[in-house]
Amino acid sequence: MAEWFGDNSGLLGLALLDGLASAGLIFLVAVGLNLVFGVLRIINVAHGSLYAIGAYAAASVGIFFASAGLPAWASLPALVVAAALVGGILGPLIERLVLRRIYGQEEVLQLLVTFALFMILEDVQKLIWGVQPVQHDLAMRLLGTYDVPFAGDVVPFTAYQLFVLPGVALVVLVGLAWFLRRTLTGRVIVAVTTDREAATAMGIDARRVFLLTFTFGAMLAALGGALSSPTGAIVPGIGAQTIVLSFAVVATAGLGQTEGAALTALMIGLGRSIAVYFEPELEVVVPYIIMVAVLLVRPQGLFGSTVARRI
Amino acid sequence: MPPTDLSRRDLLAGAAGLTAGGLLMAGSDADAQPQRPAELKIGITTFLSGPASVFGVPGRQAAEMMVDEFNQQGGIGGVKVRALFVDEAPGTEHLVGEFRRLVQSEGVHVMFASISSGSCLACTPLSRDLQKTTVLWDCATQRIFEEGPQPFAFRTQGFATPEVLAPLLYLLKTKPDFRTMAVINQDYAWGRDSWEMWRTGMEALKPGVRIVAELFPRLGAPDFTTEITRLLAARPDVIFSGHWGGDLVTLARQAAERRLFERSTFVLPVAEASLPILGRTFPAGHVIGTRGDHWNNHPRPKDPARLRALNETYRARFNEAVIYPVHHMVQAFNALKAAYEKAIAAKGGGWPNDMELAAAFRGLTFDSPTASITLREDGQGLEDQIVGVSTHAEGTPYAIPKDMVIFPAAMVSTPVGMKSVDWLKTLKPDILAQVPAPISG
Repeated sequence: MAEWFGDNSGLLGLALLDGLASAGLIFLVAVGLNLVFGVLRIINVAHGSLYAIGAYAAASVGIFFASAGLPAWASLPALVVAAALVGGILGPLIERLVLRRIYGQEEVLQLLVTFALFMILEDVQKLIWGVQPVQHDLAMRLLGTYDVPFAGDVVPFTAYQLFVLPGVALVVLVGLAWFLRRTLTGRVIVAVTTDREAATAMGIDARRVFLLTFTFGAMLAALGGALSSPTGAIVPGIGAQTIVLSFAVVATAGLGQTEGAALTALMIGLGRSIAVYFEPELEVVVPYIIMVAVLLVRPQGLFGSTVARRI
Repeated sequence: MPPTDLSRRDLLAGAAGLTAGGLLMAGSDADAQPQRPAELKIGITTFLSGPASVFGVPGRQAAEMMVDEFNQQGGIGGVKVRALFVDEAPGTEHLVGEFRRLVQSEGVHVMFASISSGSCLACTPLSRDLQKTTVLWDCATQRIFEEGPQPFAFRTQGFATPEVLAPLLYLLKTKPDFRTMAVINQDYAWGRDSWEMWRTGMEALKPGVRIVAELFPRLGAPDFTTEITRLLAARPDVIFSGHWGGDLVTLARQAAERRLFERSTFVLPVAEASLPILGRTFPAGHVIGTRGDHWNNHPRPKDPARLRALNETYRARFNEAVIYPVHHMVQAFNALKAAYEKAIAAKGGGWPNDMELAAAFRGLTFDSPTASITLREDGQGLEDQIVGVSTHAEGTPYAIPKDMVIFPAAMVSTPVGMKSVDWLKTLKPDILAQVPAPISG
């Protein structure tokens, strides 16, 4: 084993760098889904649509900035602006018009309603952006590449994927932990997550918390999409692919667990990249192997806690 | 006989006769003698949603354009044409149900199916069961006509084997000294089949090439960072990739940014449709194909005016460049018109039944803007393949091919009655001597 590690240490190092970039994006999308479930107790299938719309909007805002003659560096804040716009507009709309009507309803109904919303938003994307791939990679090109030494040669990585994606994910993780633990609004959200009835009895306006949390979750989904847009083509269907992986992360981490989502995203990101290097056939199933393995041992997820059933 | 010549008594007698005949010959509707219909209904299956809608929607748009064009010219055989579309994206189970509905409830006269090879494999048995002529308008799987006779299915374009073999021959002719190679293909039928055919052909024509990486990321993967790092580390001389659509756009952009194109020669048989989107990001010097011969800068199109008109009309109507599924749909419509005209002529002006229409398709020759295509006795179309090397020409904002080789369809197609992989094993290096000289585009 030690000999194998010695022989493949270079490749493992490259896999680690790839895994970090991949984990950053996975975390950004999954943590929003996790937060929404933790507070609203709704599994939001339409989270994938918010990711996709965030990606499309980021490309559109970036193209608009470029055509308006703004400097190239503006393409980086354009990503955040687009995510904030999508989350800030669609989040409250969806929460007020749709989700508010199904709080406390059966989970099957909630799933069906958010799935219907997902389908509607898929068609809305096609109406606005068409079906041909959309791309705007100025943000990635702007930062250039960084050469990583490997076997007497170099392997170029984009600085965007090497630094920006893991960096933003880290900032969101730390910022979210600080927000939830150190601010009044954050503590209110934690209170509603822990015991909604008790929090409401203490005078907390749960509906306002729901609106705030869902909007924030929508922004995180859109941010994930926006940050992914410079690295790839945006096409119909990207929302569906993202939501499936996010569910795997959330289930593995334990519903409502932020740090758990980060660790799980890291495990899945690294697992997938190591698989590509050494057993490519397993790459697609690695997230689900990890999920099944964890749930067999801890059905409540890595960081989830068991809840006593009320009779 | 036009329907206006019929008296009510004739109609009643005919109806009684048809009913009796139907009872006696249940299941032989294909032989029934139909009247000229009020409209010619075409059921078309294509991707209207999901990642493959990058091909499916242009296919639908081309169909709408052809329907309008035919109807302005009086239709086919004097009958106006109407297209009914079905989305392939929900999967084969849904598609099979929709195929039956279109044939049995909507009464379509002909079916056009499909983009996905899986869809075509599901639809062709139905064409036999329902005795309904089915034009395979875009799918490429070689299995359709190699696994048994297809009495009602016809493919109006090439198929996977020539689409893989032509780029292989081009590479062996233009860059014969490569020693190592890698593959990055989408993880589904085309990705797996195309690699198997490439590898089989390469082992027959240039044995000893070392495969340094075989990567099959899932269809629709949003990111290829890890795969590209793996390929950069492996440093293959050549990388084969059957990627298409948004996947190819993502792969090419990430590969270009990380200088993978500078280290390895890419061979991309389905590059054409993604080149306009990639713009100048796609570099010069890589082998590119278009699933046929329909490059917009075809060096010797059969009908240059028609090719130009197609490009201009489509762009004016849909504000998009013509890509290969548009050509494939145009070919299907042209084949349909030619088949009906042939069948009507053979029947002395009468409207053909399903059997007669299918008979007209067999051995049919029809014109596309770029060439004449003949359907073989097994139903497979013989479409030439053009492969070239990417270049950036003045005035064109994206890569186009130069040094194009027009591979005659018969040269690169599996002979009737053989399986592709078995045939590829029999190839000998002297086939390279038959490769035509390149033409600068």
